[in-house]
Amino acid sequence: MTSTCPPLQPPPQQLAAGGAKIADSDVFDLAMSWRGLRINKMCNALSMPHERDGYKADEEAFMARFNLTGDERILVRTRDFGGLLAAGGNIYFLLKLGVVTGNGLYRMGANMRGESFEQFLATRNDPGAT
Amino acid sequence: MGQIIAGIGTSHVPSVGGAYDRGNTGTPSWKPLFDAYVPVRQWLRELKPDVAIMVYNDHGADFFFDKYPTFAVGCADRYAIADEGFGTRPLPAIPGDLAFSQHLCRSLVYDEFDITVCQEMRVEHGFLVPMHLCFDVAQEGGEPAWPVASVPIAVNVLQHPLPTARRCWRLGQAIRRAVDSYERDIKVAIIGTGGMSHQLTGKNFGQMHKDNDLDFLDRIERDPESLTQLTHQTMMERFGVEGIELIMWLVMRGALSGAARRIHKNYYAPMTTGMGLITLEEQA
Repeated sequence: MTSTCPPLQPPPQQLAAGGAKIADSDVFDLAMSWRGLRINKMCNALSMPHERDGYKADEEAFMARFNLTGDERILVRTRDFGGLLAAGGNIYFLLKLGVVTGNGLYRMGANMRGESFEQFLATRNDPGAT
Repeated sequence: MGQIIAGIGTSHVPSVGGAYDRGNTGTPSWKPLFDAYVPVRQWLRELKPDVAIMVYNDHGADFFFDKYPTFAVGCADRYAIADEGFGTRPLPAIPGDLAFSQHLCRSLVYDEFDITVCQEMRVEHGFLVPMHLCFDVAQEGGEPAWPVASVPIAVNVLQHPLPTARRCWRLGQAIRRAVDSYERDIKVAIIGTGGMSHQLTGKNFGQMHKDNDLDFLDRIERDPESLTQLTHQTMMERFGVEGIELIMWLVMRGALSGAARRIHKNYYAPMTTGMGLITLEEQA
């Protein structure tokens, strides 16, 4: 009996081997997503108003509820968004943490660039479009 | 028979929603963006689509990585507005077209697109910003309402592996076959959203690539198939990590015929994202 299945070939790859880097940034892939699952799950809860209130009332209890590791809790306490990204946090979920801690997207971005918020705004084409 | 009459490619930057809600659409910083959509809304009022297929991505408003669909299609009679983490925007709920959605889902699966069918779906800025840029909220009997029914199609552009550019193009072709085979005479507009260039992580936060964005706008109009050959690596090198959202414009373009004619085009890059717009109309 002959097989009609074509010779097995791996599919063409879409990303550079060994974890893609784009202009020094990590690409959020399955390894990152698995690593960051606790952080992202906690951030995801912040889509609910009562969870945002709960977070603001007791950040430590909130982190404990989502089983964050000791290192992950330090990253949250110090608002180290670059560190949270490296720990598998996804930018769109971290934005929800930004909202409850008073760190909007552009403040997070300035932090990642190693600039003050004002320095970052000065690099933009029209900082009035916010 | 159903008929695709128009396609739109547009960015869906969340700050555009904030400017809209605060009534800042006429400020010097926002006018170059919002003014470009005035003739688009006029054009759509004249074309009168019955259904808008909105190809967008969820940014963690309704989908989470516990289970993450590659392609998710709305199959409901209405879609609620999601809370993305800063409250629910004051917009009317989105009316669906249940019978058309059911036909679309059936047609796509039998066309070998193994989609996730969603009978509840809360939509967010990826969907809503293009919605209020392209359509006016009308006051009907005192209740604000959208002038068109929608079908949300959410694409995974967050967690790699993502669908390839060519797969997105082919999804568009399958959507066209579904519309063409629909028994009711409905007019359908399809909107591909996201991008253009942006990078939201790392020390190059805010990096844009204007030349690459303008090249993409040109190619999506004149030579879209050349874009289907690009790997995610190449696209992210050209448009930034988050600029990979542009694969969703290929779903829109794949649903149009080769005879579609470009009507509007705009580009504005004030802050951290290249905001692009293109509209295409099928010949009658």
